[in-house]
Amino acid sequence: MKNDEIRARVLEVLARIAPELDPAELAPGENLRDQLDVDSMDFLNFVIGLHQAFGVEVPETDYRKLLTLDDCVTYLAAKVKPA
Amino acid sequence: MPKLGADMTEGRVVEWLKQPGEPIARGEVVLVIETDKANVEVESWTEGRLEKILVAPGDEWLPVGTPLAVIAGEGVVAAPPPSPAAAPATAPAPAAKPPERRPAAPPPRAGAERVHVSPIARKRADELKLDLATIVGTGSDGRITLDDVERAAAARPAAKPATPADKQQRMREAIAAAMARSKREIPHYYVGTTIDLSKALAWLAAANAKRSVTERLLYGVLLIKATALALREVPELNGFFVNGRAERRAAIHVGVAISLRGGGLVAPALLDADKQPLDALMRALQDLVQRARAGSLRSSEMTEPTVTVTNLGERGVETVYGVIYPPQLALVGFGAVVERPWVVGGEVLARPLINATLSADHRATDGHRGAIFLDALARLLQEPEKL
Repeated sequence: MKNDEIRARVLEVLARIAPELDPAELAPGENLRDQLDVDSMDFLNFVIGLHQAFGVEVPETDYRKLLTLDDCVTYLAAKVKPA
Repeated sequence: MPKLGADMTEGRVVEWLKQPGEPIARGEVVLVIETDKANVEVESWTEGRLEKILVAPGDEWLPVGTPLAVIAGEGVVAAPPPSPAAAPATAPAPAAKPPERRPAAPPPRAGAERVHVSPIARKRADELKLDLATIVGTGSDGRITLDDVERAAAARPAAKPATPADKQQRMREAIAAAMARSKREIPHYYVGTTIDLSKALAWLAAANAKRSVTERLLYGVLLIKATALALREVPELNGFFVNGRAERRAAIHVGVAISLRGGGLVAPALLDADKQPLDALMRALQDLVQRARAGSLRSSEMTEPTVTVTNLGERGVETVYGVIYPPQLALVGFGAVVERPWVVGGEVLARPLINATLSADHRATDGHRGAIFLDALARLLQEPEKL
């Protein structure tokens, strides 16, 4: 899966958590929690959404690797099996 | 129009989910009403058959207590039996008293022709706030019949949805009313303590490491469960101040303060939180947060909380000084989990600590009982495997 496709899917998952999200305004290198005002329940739902979208089980110890949109793409690119 | 919280004074009918003639079971969702805070599915508190709908979906905001329907065999459905959570502390609203509605009479029309209408149709049109001049009569000599009125009501356009700005304004007003009442009527006292969460968080990390992402627990669930169990030990903090005195409740329904994405908050109940296993409590909390933010809570969830828990630690707040949601007796607040130096057995160690505070009604309890509650809370969190 190409990075652009991963990014698009991550944004779809984020949009379910934060419906007011405008992808154009999301800074890819900045903290998602701060930009979207997500709490721990939102973040858990985000990780569940990633699991459903990519089939990737993110352990709690890896949450710190998902701080930004760019982080998420990098992390998932390494985990997602090639199509 | 049921009262679904101390801050609710009016609501409007969004949708009827049952039609006249249909049977209704106790606890079944009958209609959806819009409050200042959310759309709420209203459950029936009685069994029977829906005989008549008195208020059609529409724009009109109706005062709490307005009869909405008649259930056969059970009399007028005006509002649920006044719930303690909903009843004002000083002057409970009479549920069955037909309240005054907002003026809605159509302006007289100069030169309008006399309308021929049967008495029952006129009464029904009045109930439905329909202008008879806009209804075409199909009876003899153009007389407006009951069927004509019902057809006109059915053809009436659905209520225009309120704008986000309207909803936000109404929510702020509702919160302002409840909080002003709380500060005006409830003599708050506050006690706080710092709790070492190292055992709880270590237990949680180990438990979550074995779980699929869909089955993980959040530490907030441990706080809610520990709060509920501590209330068993100090039950006088669990209940309501109504009719001039404190009334304990055996059931512990924890209202969870949930911030809404557009601003504002709601605090619906996790029912019987002390009895639920952590997994069930976590799933219930997920469901509650999701539905609160989607605006689809149930009436029982809005009226049942016997205590409120708020956790503001997510954004770095260290200590919460909460305002009690009337007529409840207490609110428990949690701040952020912060790693700090902590003395353990004569050694200074880095430990994850959380500040827990209790805001309580001094008419019901004293600081001594509040201190015992916080002590129980701290103790329970040292044995997370028993929660």
